[in-house]
Amino acid sequence: MNLVNVNKVDGAVGLTMSRLEAWEKANGAAIFTEDMVLAGMLHGALALSKVAHARILGYEISAALALPGVKAVLTGDDFEPRYMGLVVKDETVLAKSKVRYIGEPVAAVAAVDAETARAAARLIEVIYEELPAVFTIEQAVAAHAPVLHEDFDSYFKIYDASTRRTPNELALSTLRRGDIVQGFAESDVILDQVYETSAQYHAYLEPAAALASVDGRGKVTVWSSTQSVFRTQANVHESLGIPMAKIRAVSPRVGGGFGGKSEAMVQPIAVALAMKTGRPVRIALSREEDMTAMRSRHPVRTRIRTGAKRDGTFVARAIETWFDGGAYADDTAAVMNFALFFGTGPYRFDHVDLVGHAVYTNKLRAGAFRGFGNPQVTFASECQIDDLAAELGIDPVDLRLKNLVHAGDRWIGGQVVATSGLEECIEKVATASRWRDRAAKPVEAPDGKRRGLGIALTAHISGFLSTSAIVRLAEDGSVSLNTGAVDLGQGSDTALAQMCAAGLGLTVDAVNVVAADTDASPYNSGTNASRVTYMVGRAIGQATDVVREKMFKLAADMLECNLADLELRPGGFIGVEGTDHSVSFAQIAAKSIWFADGGGPVIGTGSVMHNEPLDPKHTLLAGFLSFDNVGALTFGAQVVDVEIDETTGKVDVVEAWCAHDVGRAINPGAVEGQIQGGFVQGLGYALTEEMVWDGGRLTNPSFKHYKIPSSLDVPYAIHAMIVEVADPLHPFGAKGIGEPPLIGAAAAIPNAIAAAAGARVRKLPVTPERMLRALRFGADGVDV
Amino acid sequence: MSTDRTTLSFHVNGDPQAVAIPIHRTLLEVLRDELALTGAKKGCNTGTCGACNVLVDDVMIRSCLRLAVSVAECKVTTVEGLARNGMASAVQQAFLDAGAIQCGFCMTGMIVSASALLAQNPAPTRDEIRIAISGNLCRCSGYVKVVDAIELAASRFRQGNAAEAAAMEIRI
Repeated sequence: MNLVNVNKVDGAVGLTMSRLEAWEKANGAAIFTEDMVLAGMLHGALALSKVAHARILGYEISAALALPGVKAVLTGDDFEPRYMGLVVKDETVLAKSKVRYIGEPVAAVAAVDAETARAAARLIEVIYEELPAVFTIEQAVAAHAPVLHEDFDSYFKIYDASTRRTPNELALSTLRRGDIVQGFAESDVILDQVYETSAQYHAYLEPAAALASVDGRGKVTVWSSTQSVFRTQANVHESLGIPMAKIRAVSPRVGGGFGGKSEAMVQPIAVALAMKTGRPVRIALSREEDMTAMRSRHPVRTRIRTGAKRDGTFVARAIETWFDGGAYADDTAAVMNFALFFGTGPYRFDHVDLVGHAVYTNKLRAGAFRGFGNPQVTFASECQIDDLAAELGIDPVDLRLKNLVHAGDRWIGGQVVATSGLEECIEKVATASRWRDRAAKPVEAPDGKRRGLGIALTAHISGFLSTSAIVRLAEDGSVSLNTGAVDLGQGSDTALAQMCAAGLGLTVDAVNVVAADTDASPYNSGTNASRVTYMVGRAIGQATDVVREKMFKLAADMLECNLADLELRPGGFIGVEGTDHSVSFAQIAAKSIWFADGGGPVIGTGSVMHNEPLDPKHTLLAGFLSFDNVGALTFGAQVVDVEIDETTGKVDVVEAWCAHDVGRAINPGAVEGQIQGGFVQGLGYALTEEMVWDGGRLTNPSFKHYKIPSSLDVPYAIHAMIVEVADPLHPFGAKGIGEPPLIGAAAAIPNAIAAAAGARVRKLPVTPERMLRALRFGADGVDV
Repeated sequence: MSTDRTTLSFHVNGDPQAVAIPIHRTLLEVLRDELALTGAKKGCNTGTCGACNVLVDDVMIRSCLRLAVSVAECKVTTVEGLARNGMASAVQQAFLDAGAIQCGFCMTGMIVSASALLAQNPAPTRDEIRIAISGNLCRCSGYVKVVDAIELAASRFRQGNAAEAAAMEIRI
């Protein structure tokens, strides 16, 4: 068989295209969950806990039920104790017998309109016996601290939590390699500092929403703003005990997720209300509710030590990091483990000792968020490397280049780095930013301002968890592509269509991208971990290979020639090499569907799980999740130019250069959009975004008081630079780009600030107050 | 909760409308819940994010902050009213061509803001564009391609390519 190398077909891969659904998003026709209305639909509203930690003694719901238009009220008493969660199953659909944070859903109402539902929710009284609460990591692990989860040992978990030392710790993990004591003994210079990061809110523009309906057979359909219809289905099943065969999860358009919509929240509540009332129920959270009750990025405190030789050779790296997980585990153990996995950054260290703790506190749960623990540790690591460069008198770029991990090296867990375009990324950003010229002759800042450049490197992965794809040939020679992957807006539907089209020599118009639907789609774990282009792309590659093989066999029959003489021709044809004989995909489809010797419909499937076991002989792991399926390592480099106002302490990012190795850009324009958008989300994380609690109460649950970057807060130019070093496992060599741009910004901006100010701020965000303190005192942050 | 109701008469995207509503309904609620015009989004409901932006008598406003009764007899244009006969407006087309749209939730409000800007100032600087959309929060794009899109729309509009201008007239 002579399959053409599809990389050489003038195909759909590598073309910048507008998103398939862009027009409906531009004209208002795109349907998001809150835009959906079903006949007889009720509106749901939640009553949220007003106390941080308490036993629930009872409920007073009669006033709510008496309100005209109210159709149902549910409390924790209405549910069996059933638990959901990805890595620890510790959450019930509504608080059951205890509340653990202010904002936790304690009761739910369904009523004829949203206004009535909200009014009824306000009338619900919960009788609490308040308990002492813990709001900080120190309080959580103190002797005799009040315990959040008395039943922790009985919860189902996917990792070994037996290493933990105190009742509010939910995980204690270690990664060790070499001999850390020897490593520091061999080092000429050792830096030892503490870096802290704050809770960041995802701030997807569409707040969480779900619409549930139950049909006459008792089957539930739930439409929701989710990153995974399959996780939604599993969460509803686990928390409500409904068999999965009776749950259908679907997603209309999703208005951003960034990790925050990976696991369920409103979906099981909407389902329970729909089952109770027998009518469709829609819940759409207000912005304040979403900020108070959904999830955040983990606040983290990291002590980091780096040892190096006088010539700049890195020798030893030790990290002890503490993750504040909030009241429920959600993805916490995995996030913390992932941070450890990137504890060395893209650098060679012979001696590594990485310890991570994760604890429960009486605050909003922290969970998955673009970068998944990596931004916190990369901030600490990249800042310390810059401080080390200053200490050694070596240029930060040179120090990094000297210690880089290269293709063929082994990562901290023992996995081999398959490819790396990191040096090219560094070269690109250093050249474009005139790094060396600026080092020799810094740009003059106006009076009252300080100006400086900073660099950071990123290492991340694209991969994780299992995925599948189905490609089916239709009568007209087009194909349907069904993957179960939800496009959150990042453009995966388009990229997947491009790959499917290119795999078969078709145009993108000839690919029907099927919406994710648990009733119809093959399994996809979710839109997380920069994984869709990479993992689903691999599944699509398998599926299109099968479709092609089946079509070639039919074409050989139809053209009465040898398989080896056939070639795929662009536009949906298979031809005989060196001749003008060919059959169209439509003719092949007709043969397969209507003729006795056609073999039946042409369908190809792909099924993928990355399998590359970590090596316990290379690295000692304890209390660690299975990371045997992390996927492909990805690398990037960013340089930013900042200006600091000495009077106000305000930091402006003047320009940014972001180079990322994406393996191969399937839709280059969309890759640029990911890089620019990710950078700006990281800019907010670095400079302004901080959820602030007063005790257990979130003080800034609004866009007025929690500042995400506006168009005036971003640099005029964010140069997105694409580096392409093909991944060997992906049919087109592509890797993911969702998360790395944010990770880089969270470290490059602080480094530019330190370069400009001559003073280090060791806590994110670098607010004007912290900046002014650092300018005054030479540094800002807690000491070791 | 007030139970007082009134009948609101106004024009939406060129059509006369009359809806019976409680007097405390916002324009956003009326557009979405009574008229099924869901292009304007409820991103914050406090006037901060701009996802609900619409035009009232050609002036851009936050529909979540505006009581519906205050637009009686006014001419309201929502994002659904920008295209004509299914043909994109110049601003919409530029947003498609520049690849500015990601999740899209903020984009309807963004496109309304951009349309209002270009109607008043067909040759905005990049700074003027950034200021004009500074009340529209976007979490996906980093605004770079959004500003590019608005510049593109402006340049096409100015070039006045006859066919293109006819096809892409900025409609407000």
